[in-house]
Amino acid sequence: MTIKVIALNTFKEAIRDRILYLLLFFAALSILFSRVLAFLTVGDRTKIIKDVGLASISLFGALMAILIGTGLVTKEIEKRTIFTLISKPLRRHDFLLGKFFGLVLTLFVMLAGMTIIFLALLFFYTWTIEWRMLAAIFLIFIELVLITAVAIFFSCFSTPILSSLFSLAFYLIGHFAWSLDTLLKKIPTGPARTALRVLYLLLPRLENFNIKTEVVHGLPVARSLFFASTAYGIVYTAFVLGLAVLIFRRRDFT
Amino acid sequence: MTTVLALENVRKTFKTGFIPKSKEILKGISFTVGEGEIFGYLGPNGAGKTSTIKCVLGLLFPDSGTIQIFGRPHLDLGAKKKLGFLPENPYFYDYLTAAEFLDFYAQLFGIAKPVRRERIGALLVRVGMDKAAGLQLRKFSRGMLQRIGLAQALINEPSFVILDEPLGGLDPIGRKEIRDIILRLRDEGKTVVLSSHILQDIEMICDRVAIIVAGRILSQGRLSDLISEKVLFTEVTISGLGAEEIAGLGESVSAQAGSILLKIYEEKNVQAVLDLVRKKNGRIQSLIPRTQTLEDLFVDMVKST
Repeated sequence: MTIKVIALNTFKEAIRDRILYLLLFFAALSILFSRVLAFLTVGDRTKIIKDVGLASISLFGALMAILIGTGLVTKEIEKRTIFTLISKPLRRHDFLLGKFFGLVLTLFVMLAGMTIIFLALLFFYTWTIEWRMLAAIFLIFIELVLITAVAIFFSCFSTPILSSLFSLAFYLIGHFAWSLDTLLKKIPTGPARTALRVLYLLLPRLENFNIKTEVVHGLPVARSLFFASTAYGIVYTAFVLGLAVLIFRRRDFT
Repeated sequence: MTTVLALENVRKTFKTGFIPKSKEILKGISFTVGEGEIFGYLGPNGAGKTSTIKCVLGLLFPDSGTIQIFGRPHLDLGAKKKLGFLPENPYFYDYLTAAEFLDFYAQLFGIAKPVRRERIGALLVRVGMDKAAGLQLRKFSRGMLQRIGLAQALINEPSFVILDEPLGGLDPIGRKEIRDIILRLRDEGKTVVLSSHILQDIEMICDRVAIIVAGRILSQGRLSDLISEKVLFTEVTISGLGAEEIAGLGESVSAQAGSILLKIYEEKNVQAVLDLVRKKNGRIQSLIPRTQTLEDLFVDMVKST
């Protein structure tokens, strides 16, 4: 119950944040820009609109999760609003989970907004509603949920600027972790290969949530891959949130 | 009397600086607060008042010692349900209106909607903020924030209220109103812990006090037990006499517009001054025997450490 109260208040706080609308504006601009790019393209113009549109949703969604997520907990501590909250019958982990779900709800609404703009743009070009896009957008949402957990984790012990940098690093590393796999194949067996293998297992693999190419080019997406990616996202999110709770429950608020 | 709050040998150390250095800010704090009393927690800035309160509320984890609220461990949610707290320099969600803000805190206690609505209305009237119910907190002055903060502390109708510097930043009328609210809380049978460095307020409303200096409680007890009833000196303001005529009877503090303010330490000299005024046809404008005040006690203690 208290998680729900905190989550709804966080949602209220986030949707009254100007930065969210600024990002939404640029996301919409970027999606609409794909239409301009399509003019300049030789070949299948629909693919450009789909490609740029989905990439915009993914990028601006990640920026929303990072920029708002990293401020959520630190702002409560810096503005000392946490003093009155913790004095109420509220468990620390309920507070943290409330913040998390509040931002997830905000991202869901924002993602829905961007999706409507994107599908509408596509509809006026192809005169069909491209429901297949929703599969890619769903996995983008799962990725954003994970990034939100990471942003909240860093903000439990760091400043908003550092947390943003760490979360952005997580996002970038997560999308390029697959290149370690290529490197692994070229390194001979030995301690270096073992160390790299451990690193590869620990690093997030955010490319698991990227089925944009398959969706845009009409390639089949295996149902098992879809579910495995979703499960991977949920387990990784739970792990990161667990770490955040462990840090937050013993933290002194000076 | 039932014990509402009990602290036993609470210690807390902070590590500060780039190369962490330990600094003990609470050095074995022990005191108890009984049901229905207004307990003043006094100390200069940086003495450890707010840190003690933060330990009680679970914002800081003490290194050692025990804290109990209503006989339960202080982190117990059941104990917190009966607790209200107003922080020092309250900062709240400035994007919420006063009514939304109180509703948010009321929901944390699981209070039903119709009860919430009724209670918020009554509380806003009680703290004199009923006209600002629809105003966002970012438009509030410091005094208004203090009042809405007090309303938030009372939203669950607590039987125990902790107020950290509740009278700071208020004008004289605001201070009187908040003092009256605190006194009314005691009349309703609630227990109040009040931390402050404004001694007159503590003296006016507190039943018992504890004085903390540099992380240690130096004195605690009933105000009447701590402060001596003995007359320290008498302040006499007279006119119609020359300064040279009363020389040696007391310490002349000020002399203006024909009036002299004398500080007389010996009682026999008070009588001598009165006789002299009568003899010389002078006038006694005022005669005030000064007993020890909380301020005297406080200043002596801070100086002695």
